[in-house]
Amino acid sequence: MNIIVPIKQVPDLVEELEIDASGVDLDRSSLKLKLNEFDDHALEEALILKEETGSTVTAIALEAEDVDKILFTAFAKGADKIIKVTGLENPSAHQAAQAMAEVIMGLSPDLVMTGVQAVDDRDGQIPVLLAHYLKIPHVSVVTSVKAEGGGVTVSKEYGGGLVAEFEAKLPLVVGVQAARQSPRYVPVAKVRQVMKSATIEEVAAGSTSATAGSSVKRFFKPEGGRGAEMLEGSAEEQASKIIQTLKEKGIIK
Amino acid sequence: MSNNVYVVAEHIKGRFDDITFEMLGKGKEIAGALGGEVVAVLAGSGVKGMASQLGTASKVICIESEALQQFSPLAYAKAVSAVVGAHQPAIVLTGYTSMGMEIGPAVSVDLNIPLVSFVGSLSVDGGKAVAVSQLYGGKMNVESHADGNQCIISILPGAFPADAGRSSGSPAVEDFAAPDLSGLAVTFKKLIEPEGGDVDITTQDILVSAGRGIQSDENLPIVEELAKKIGGAVSCSRPLVDSKWMPKTRQVGKSGLKVKPKLYLALGISGAPEHIEGMKDAGLIIAVNSDPKAPIFDYAHYGVVGDLFEIIPALTGKL
Repeated sequence: MNIIVPIKQVPDLVEELEIDASGVDLDRSSLKLKLNEFDDHALEEALILKEETGSTVTAIALEAEDVDKILFTAFAKGADKIIKVTGLENPSAHQAAQAMAEVIMGLSPDLVMTGVQAVDDRDGQIPVLLAHYLKIPHVSVVTSVKAEGGGVTVSKEYGGGLVAEFEAKLPLVVGVQAARQSPRYVPVAKVRQVMKSATIEEVAAGSTSATAGSSVKRFFKPEGGRGAEMLEGSAEEQASKIIQTLKEKGIIK
Repeated sequence: MSNNVYVVAEHIKGRFDDITFEMLGKGKEIAGALGGEVVAVLAGSGVKGMASQLGTASKVICIESEALQQFSPLAYAKAVSAVVGAHQPAIVLTGYTSMGMEIGPAVSVDLNIPLVSFVGSLSVDGGKAVAVSQLYGGKMNVESHADGNQCIISILPGAFPADAGRSSGSPAVEDFAAPDLSGLAVTFKKLIEPEGGDVDITTQDILVSAGRGIQSDENLPIVEELAKKIGGAVSCSRPLVDSKWMPKTRQVGKSGLKVKPKLYLALGISGAPEHIEGMKDAGLIIAVNSDPKAPIFDYAHYGVVGDLFEIIPALTGKL
């Protein structure tokens, strides 16, 4: 199978997020970026399929700061080809999906596997947007993709741990919630090596007609309405305060 | 275009999910502000009898077809697109849920209607939707205004009270002929119930819950030891399950289980909306996190900013 895996970077939420002077975006100068964890799972599931079926895996990303790094990392993990789509700056989800669809169409995909969501998808999640721009079927919130009889069997997750199994013909877009196994780790040294040997193929984005259809009026931090009572002190003191609270509430004796 | 608000009802195994009532309650309020009505869209097979549970809606539009017997991404997206295309409501509410995520973006592209996602707060201003999305794992609110008079809103579960939309009655039921749903490339095979046999975290009085802050599965034993000492069970947030460090049966959150213990001790859980939905009703929530700005502190009764690897052993040592 020919598997295409769109990936992107998102802000690392371990870092503090700041609003920029415009008030309608993050202060991107202070952001630490990392691969969207769900895209990491999508890539992992694609690589598992590659190992099982001898598929080829192409990782593809829209041009952005430091995006080469995640593409080279994907290559180091086992992707056969890496593509960067150039010429789109800060696209909305609709725009990104449409631009991505145009390039992917030319790659004759059997499977398109990408993360179910990203923390900055304000105007919609990529997998289903992408599927409709590609005009091919979709299943999202998926936790396993298995090749069977010329098609695939996918597991889709609902709430409460309930899972539905679907049979799908190809081509198909899959929104991956989690791979069958934890995404593989690749040593930095190997990525560095790949940076010297592998080539990122660059493709210019076509003109996109899609827009979000809504405008951002402001970014603001959650107020933290109810607010926790903070227990201060050293770790030992904090632990003692927790224990004391639990005793007062009758939760422990 | 009408001033109506359409709510895409979600049901499985013959029961409506809470999100349906959460959207109906909010939808009614928004419809009132627009001078329109709230209408439920009910797709399925043999589901007309369920319409009476949707009494908050002025009208229930029923699309029935064998192909809609079980939820199927394409079939449901096509059915909802057909209704929305024909009736042109002002606002369509779908859940930010496993089902809603297959429908909202599909209708948005098919009918070229804007979509705002991750929405936790919704109002109208000058006839246009004003939606606040909880982005970046709940760390940033982003207010969007629809450019035109039509918008699809993807609503976070738990954002609005279900009771506001839970009213039985006899709403008008209108049939809508299903579009051609034959020969779709995705076919439902079966439902797989969650595995039993593990600890049932929904019945525990004390849950010691680990999040991403635990960093590695090698650090889980200290959490287990604390749980044992305090007389509780270990639960966790989604990333630990996705990484296969913990079984699905222990996952708290929208896509996991809803829990209501007497004590919920959140260790290294930042408090993304997905997680909050599953534990906000716990009797006592105590959160430990290294990030003082973690959203979990907005929901916890008590908070501790500190290093998990100092506080967990300290707690265990004192029990």
